[in-house]
Amino acid sequence: MFDYETLRILWWGLMGVLLIAFALTDGFDLGVATLLPFVARTDSERRMVINSVGPTWEGNQVWFILGGGAIFAAWPFVYAVSFSGFYLAMFLVLAALILRPVGFKYRSKRPDPRWRSGWDWALFVGGVVPALVFGVAVGNVLSGAPFRLDSDLRAFFDGSFLGLFTPFTLICGLLSVAMLVLHGSAWLAIKVEHGPVHDRATRFGTLAAILSLVLFAAGWAFVAWTDIGFRIVGAIDPAGPSNPLRTTSEIAAGAWLANYALHPWMMIAPLLGFGGAVVALIGIRRRIESAAFAGSSASAVGIIATVGLSMFPYILPSSIDAHSSLTVWNASSSEKTLGIMLFVTVVFLPIVLAYTAWAFKLMWGRVTAHEVATNPDFY
Amino acid sequence: MDLGVIDLSRLQFALTALYHFLFVPLTLGLSMMLVIMESVYVMTNRPIWRVITRFWGRIFAINFVLGVATGLTMEFEFGTNWSYFSHYVGDIFGAPLAIEGLMAFFLEATFVGIMFFGWGRLSKLGHLLVTAMVALGTNLSALWILIANGWMQNPVGAKFNPETMRMEVTDFGAVLFNPIAQAKFVHTVSAGYVCAAVVVLGISAFWLLTDRYKGVARRSMTVAAAFGLAASLSVVVLGDESGYALTDNQKMKLAAIEAAWHTAPAPAGLTLFGVPDVAARETRYEVQIPWVLGLIATRSLDGTVTGMSELVLKAQERITSGVVAYDAVERLKTDPANVVQRARFEAHKRDLGYALLLKRHVADPRTASPALIATTAWDVVPNVPLMFWSFRIMAAIGVLMIALFGAAFVLTSLRLHTQTRWFLKLAVIAIPLPWVAIELGWMLAEIGRQPWAIEGVLPTFLAASSLTRGVLWTTIIGFTAIYGTLAVIEVRLILATIRKGPFEHDEDAYPVPDAGPAGRGAARPVAADPIPA
Repeated sequence: MFDYETLRILWWGLMGVLLIAFALTDGFDLGVATLLPFVARTDSERRMVINSVGPTWEGNQVWFILGGGAIFAAWPFVYAVSFSGFYLAMFLVLAALILRPVGFKYRSKRPDPRWRSGWDWALFVGGVVPALVFGVAVGNVLSGAPFRLDSDLRAFFDGSFLGLFTPFTLICGLLSVAMLVLHGSAWLAIKVEHGPVHDRATRFGTLAAILSLVLFAAGWAFVAWTDIGFRIVGAIDPAGPSNPLRTTSEIAAGAWLANYALHPWMMIAPLLGFGGAVVALIGIRRRIESAAFAGSSASAVGIIATVGLSMFPYILPSSIDAHSSLTVWNASSSEKTLGIMLFVTVVFLPIVLAYTAWAFKLMWGRVTAHEVATNPDFY
Repeated sequence: MDLGVIDLSRLQFALTALYHFLFVPLTLGLSMMLVIMESVYVMTNRPIWRVITRFWGRIFAINFVLGVATGLTMEFEFGTNWSYFSHYVGDIFGAPLAIEGLMAFFLEATFVGIMFFGWGRLSKLGHLLVTAMVALGTNLSALWILIANGWMQNPVGAKFNPETMRMEVTDFGAVLFNPIAQAKFVHTVSAGYVCAAVVVLGISAFWLLTDRYKGVARRSMTVAAAFGLAASLSVVVLGDESGYALTDNQKMKLAAIEAAWHTAPAPAGLTLFGVPDVAARETRYEVQIPWVLGLIATRSLDGTVTGMSELVLKAQERITSGVVAYDAVERLKTDPANVVQRARFEAHKRDLGYALLLKRHVADPRTASPALIATTAWDVVPNVPLMFWSFRIMAAIGVLMIALFGAAFVLTSLRLHTQTRWFLKLAVIAIPLPWVAIELGWMLAEIGRQPWAIEGVLPTFLAASSLTRGVLWTTIIGFTAIYGTLAVIEVRLILATIRKGPFEHDEDAYPVPDAGPAGRGAARPVAADPIPA
């Protein structure tokens, strides 16, 4: 139906759609968990916060799992190289995320305040650590990871865990936290009854919106003025076999901004990133809660799309080997697999979206202290 | 390559997969039983069935979260720890994993939230449908992961592409309808049903023994008896044996399970007992039932069950042939257009994986001597004593389960199940047994496939990521600490939930008329008021 080149571009787009869907849905769960110990002090308040995401967070998390599965199916090189290359970082993310389902479910099983406070901090870790590490990982993707492929296409790494943390990648990590905390506080503003929790969420949201703007600008400045960026040297065959060794890359300062000069429409993404955060800030200050949530959503879409568009056609460049970088043209599955998976996605994604929307609609409405006290099904 | 790294990678995968699989079977089975119990509630409209459904739902919930939490690790562990595997077969293996996420995980995860939170917001029938969606999701997830695992056991519908140095899909239909995957699905899912039925049976028996919650226990036990009998028959009868004649490795598995060192004259006897001696390549103190194995494995009187020595000889031929394919691939790397090498590769490509076995002993398989090839051929034999004993314990538990549920079914039909104390005690004691059988079954499938990660295609020792022992120890200790802590907490919470019983104080919290704005009072079901036992 589509040729190989088109399939690759479609799957590059779908990978972006999955990451954005994860940030838009589970993103506020991570933000809410990060905010939990700070916006809620009493047990009743904390239960309001937890139950604001209680019925839906589990479905949201599937965007993350599906992201892993879809990258495996469509971009096996990316799956193989990134998760083994960022091995300890990935362990940290998994260890933190493992605490989340358990924290949500087990916290309410015993009334003991120490038990509950322990799970509150576990949930905090399950929110802030993945948010931070995802951002740091994206920073490392932008600046290139220290891996090389041998002639069997086996990946080897020169990096270390601490080597993942540089000023640039930390900015990316903090931006990720700020972006998701903004989204989480916008969610709480919609989902929790007016009162102390709502007020505190608003204050943290204001701070997070300002930090998002500052950090996004700082990241942009780094990309513009330091030697981050890669470009392909020589011919490109967009329909060629998926073998990275056939591509030659070089480090080129400022190359991540080259796409915006070539295709000015791409500026929509960074503008959305900044504009969304501004709208969210205004929405939060003026108590227009739907605008705040729409703004934080738009900002997350813009920031993630900015990363993808800046790097296109790169997906994971190598900082140490000119022939190992993974691009849209050399790291995908076969044409047949991309076609089959596209068909499956086109059939099932709309169904998923339909029942997800139904689930959110069913659980719509603000969580109140009264309901937390009386509904036996609440966490 | 560092064999220590390989062993540690295998250890971590085994620990995390076996641990994950402590929770999955109960989820599979209990989700189905919840549908049955809630259906009875919807059809009879008797509040006690609502209490029953909600109680087993609480047990389901405590167990479910750990299945989800440990499943996260599994989704990414191929990439983190089996990076070369992921590259080598991602084109085929990734697809069922992605489809599992899209088709199954979303379904179960979205509806499970509604199942727990939606009691007050849905009609009775609506809630039943939600519960059914959760059960459908969990069972679909088992289907897709077993299609993936079945492909590792029998890699159909794919071929090696020298240009991309990996396996690529040729026939996705063959991957989907892989007979080994189908047999595994039925076997594994049925085992999960047995596991849940044993848990429901055992906990109900415990209550009956201690004279508590008799109304709930009696009814739960009836459901468990019927469901468990059907499931335990399905595990054994529709069991795993059907695929054992399909591939060389499947034949090897069967030979190892039977400790059949040589091909016996047809029809082969079934070894009931014996002590496999790996060094001497023979089995001591054998007790055999004549004909039975030949009948089961080949469905005929004249089919032979190939012995390990004969299979090793075949492997030796395949290694020799594979070296030609390996040589051709190496030449194609620098000269992709070479027609002669392409033809040599095509002629020998089905044995390429066998040449890779030599890499354990020599860097370049092309330099291997015939003597090395002969000794390497013995690498295709898995751990025989482990296979031999694991199978026998698993099969014995399978037979015990049929007996247990047969007795349960008869007693419940005669309405004797509440007072037959020896049976109730047995039912409590039996609770851990399905887990033993299930974990052993998983070990049989995975250890039986060794030395292969993908049967005949990619040896396990080539499949791991290029990690160091240090980071592997870090994560093994880390996972063990987290998983160990969570296991202790989980067991305590389940025990506390059983002690508390089905009637929680909150069971009466429903009829409060002014339940708040989100209550939508009208949709609320009636209270589960005190129910006579």
